[in-house]
Amino acid sequence: MEFDPIVLSRVQFALNISFHILFPTITIGLAYFLLFFRIRYTQTNDPHWEFIYAFWVKVFALTFALGVVTGIVMSFQFGTNWPGFMEKVGNIAGPLLGYEVLTAFFLEASFLGIMLFGRRRVSNRLHLISTAIVAVGTTLSAFWILSLNSWMQTPAGFTYENGVMIADSWLAVIFNPSFPYRFAHMMVASLLTASFFVAGVSAWRVLKGVDGPATKKVLKVAIIAATFLTPVQILIGDLHGLNTLEHQPAKVAAMEGVWDTQNGAALTLFGFPDEEARTTHAAIKIPKLASFVLTHDWNGEVKGLNDFKGKHPPVAPVFWSFRVMVGVGMLMLLVAWASSWQLWRKGELNRFTLKVVFCMTFSGWVAVLAGWYVTEIGRQPWMVTGLVTTAEVVADHTAGTVLTTLIAYVLMYAFLLVSYIGTIFYLSSKPAQSLLRMHNYNLPGRHPEDRAFNNLISD
Amino acid sequence: METALPLIFVAVMGLSLLLYVILDGYDLGVGLLLPFGNDQEKDIMIASIGPFWDANETWIVMGIGILLIAFPSAHGIILTSLYLPATIMLLGLILRGVAFDFRVKAGAEKKAMWNRFFFIGSLVASMAQGWMLGSYITGLNGSFTNTVFSILIAFCLPALYCVLGSTWLLIKTEGELFAKAVGWARKSVLPMALGLFFVSIATPMVSEVIAERWFQLPNFIGLMPIPISSAIALILLTVLLRRDVEALRAINPWLLFICPVIVCLMAALGLAYSIFPDIIIGQMTIWEAASHTSSLMFTFYGVVIALPLITLYTIFIYRVFSGKATELSYDA
Ligand code: HDD
Ligand code: HEM
Ligand code: HEM
Repeated sequence: MEFDPIVLSRVQFALNISFHILFPTITIGLAYFLLFFRIRYTQTNDPHWEFIYAFWVKVFALTFALGVVTGIVMSFQFGTNWPGFMEKVGNIAGPLLGYEVLTAFFLEASFLGIMLFGRRRVSNRLHLISTAIVAVGTTLSAFWILSLNSWMQTPAGFTYENGVMIADSWLAVIFNPSFPYRFAHMMVASLLTASFFVAGVSAWRVLKGVDGPATKKVLKVAIIAATFLTPVQILIGDLHGLNTLEHQPAKVAAMEGVWDTQNGAALTLFGFPDEEARTTHAAIKIPKLASFVLTHDWNGEVKGLNDFKGKHPPVAPVFWSFRVMVGVGMLMLLVAWASSWQLWRKGELNRFTLKVVFCMTFSGWVAVLAGWYVTEIGRQPWMVTGLVTTAEVVADHTAGTVLTTLIAYVLMYAFLLVSYIGTIFYLSSKPAQSLLRMHNYNLPGRHPEDRAFNNLISD
Repeated sequence: METALPLIFVAVMGLSLLLYVILDGYDLGVGLLLPFGNDQEKDIMIASIGPFWDANETWIVMGIGILLIAFPSAHGIILTSLYLPATIMLLGLILRGVAFDFRVKAGAEKKAMWNRFFFIGSLVASMAQGWMLGSYITGLNGSFTNTVFSILIAFCLPALYCVLGSTWLLIKTEGELFAKAVGWARKSVLPMALGLFFVSIATPMVSEVIAERWFQLPNFIGLMPIPISSAIALILLTVLLRRDVEALRAINPWLLFICPVIVCLMAALGLAYSIFPDIIIGQMTIWEAASHTSSLMFTFYGVVIALPLITLYTIFIYRVFSGKATELSYDA
């Protein structure tokens, strides 16, 4: 079989970044959960919060490690697979990546040590501060990398000189038009992903009867977080879409599956876009809704794909990914609100709801990946919108070389993903040392041994 | 500024890579030595590097990052040529980096497997790094002699890491494990010294450019401090290690760790001299590869502010975790 090295390089890049993003998405959000647990403990001195921290910090450590090692792959990828990219836009991409290393990576990596192993070596206050620093560090990472990615989507603040791009306003480069939306949407995505992850794992622990009140507390925190974050995310997503319509109309046309430019365009709920026939088969449509959503006017004009012939992205993957993301978003809304309602009325979740929440454990991953596929595939055929195409910048490795490394990565990642999920549930299946005490003695402070343990942890 | 900035960045890059070799060197070294400890010792060995490895590894991200920021076209050429060893190294680093966490979290019956992966990952990564270094020194062309040379380095670098790792363990451990670490250090010094010797001889032989730079008369004499200091450091290390274990417990273990560090430093200086002013030997100079002054300037501010801060908090972290390592505990 013949393979095209360009296609293979793209598949490999997409694989690596898709795998990388899974872990930062969790750690960015989880870091704030941990910070919250820490703050609550400091305020109330209630050891429940301490137990919760002890459990989740382990999950955090594992997830963080996976984020780091896959991130190192990313930092080599640009050179190994897309040398032309850096030659053309290195002047802009380089410094942004550089600032990520300088301001974020060292910070996270250093203070993570204190967060994980330093509880007895530093004061509670310093430990709290370290947790906060790690949370800020992960956010800074996201800030810089999303700035770069957004710049590739909506380039600004540069001039062209002899075929390379040179920044003339760094502020305009960093805060390029799509950046505020993308950053906000990604931050909330991380928090949401972490919320459902924490809620799902906790629901599982409750279902299995692994432990007592501490877990129910986390479950509640996570559900409440999701209840508020989901509508915020949907709102930001809508604004993000409007921004995209302004700067990358072809992408939006592909997302909506609109072929002809029209006023009062219908919203396609489902269907099968066909690029040959330039139509969407078996489409289920709601009249005028697309115009309303995109222009906030029932008769607004929506540009169709036929206006961008030969210069628009592949339609079906963008169209479908978008539906998956929005679908998961709606599902999250339903589950979060229904669970909150139940918590509010009954004080706890019934078994059925617990099972549903458990099923949503990794729903954030699905939405995040789908969202990124919309964004990235929607940018094709461009690498940097309107300026550099993907085909221009690929390295000339032989197909065999790329195929070999691709297979190696696939095998490694499959193994790691199975190990990761397996380990998370293995960790959750037996109470952590501290949680075991909680479970056996029910309440903190009642049993002499428990009191001894309290003294131990609060010194 | 136009001529100075690329120089500053090449210095920062060199420094990052040197720090990487020393810092990740000791934790890769501990990984290489892991199979020789018993179960409990393995835990302590890992605990001795637990709080540090992530930051250590960040130095290579920084080194590669600066290559990318400051010398984008060289970055493309170098990493494209090193595609295979770089990928192999990355796979090794992945395996090892996750093994840190999985080995204590995945359950007792899987611990042995993750310990083994930790070793394999460390070995693969360090050999691949040797391979990359070898190809880089020989100007990235894969002729037969150059390949042999790269393979030679691929075997020498792990020896250096073992010396760094075992002397690090002298700092971090006590009791039985300390005695074992002395043994490991004794065994790995010779291969490392031999490796260094062969590489020093072979380098001018495989590269005419380097030979020319070293063997001109005034230069040759001016450069002598480099090999002489390494030799002194190596001899000092060997002599110290000759003492019996009890005597060694009494001396400051940092003294032993500093010896291989000096060797690394001297090797880096020698290498820098060999390559300068090129960024790819015989193909491209620093200035030809440099990116636009506006980008360098913008990043320069960041470096000036961030590097001192990074140094400060790194020192702080090392102080928090100073002293002998106990078993790895996620103390709540
Ligand atoms: C938990 C994750 C999550 C959820 C529930 C949603 N999104 Fe999203 N979405 C993302 C996570 C995400 C993301 C992964 O963060 C993306 C990819 C790139 C980006 O900026 O954000 C994204 C991209 C993205 C884009 C593409 C922007 C572009 O490429 O220019 C649009 C238009 C939306 N989103 C809109 C929505 C809407 C209307 C949602 C309503 C339900 C929604 N998203 C839910
Ligand atoms: C983190 C979540 C991300 C995911 C899941 C993701 C996914 C993808 C996918 C699937 C493609 C392939 C599109 C195609 O070829 O049709 C792609 C392309 C690309 N992305 Fe991303 N991306 C992410 C973030 C980023 C970021 C932050 C950057 C840059 C800083 C980036 C840079 C690129 C580049 C350079 C390409 C072009 C290579 C190619 O077309 O395959 N991506 N990405
Ligand atoms: C092409 C794109 C990317 C590159 C080159 C890249 C590079 C890296 C590198 C080298 C690391 C390891 C840092 C260390 O040694 O500590 C890392 C970790 C991290 N990355 Fe990425 N990354 C990319 C995309 C992303 C995206 C899209 C996000 C989030 C929005 C992200 C967020 C993070 C975070 C938070 C970490 C810390 C580790 C963790 O939380 O798991 N990165 N990345």
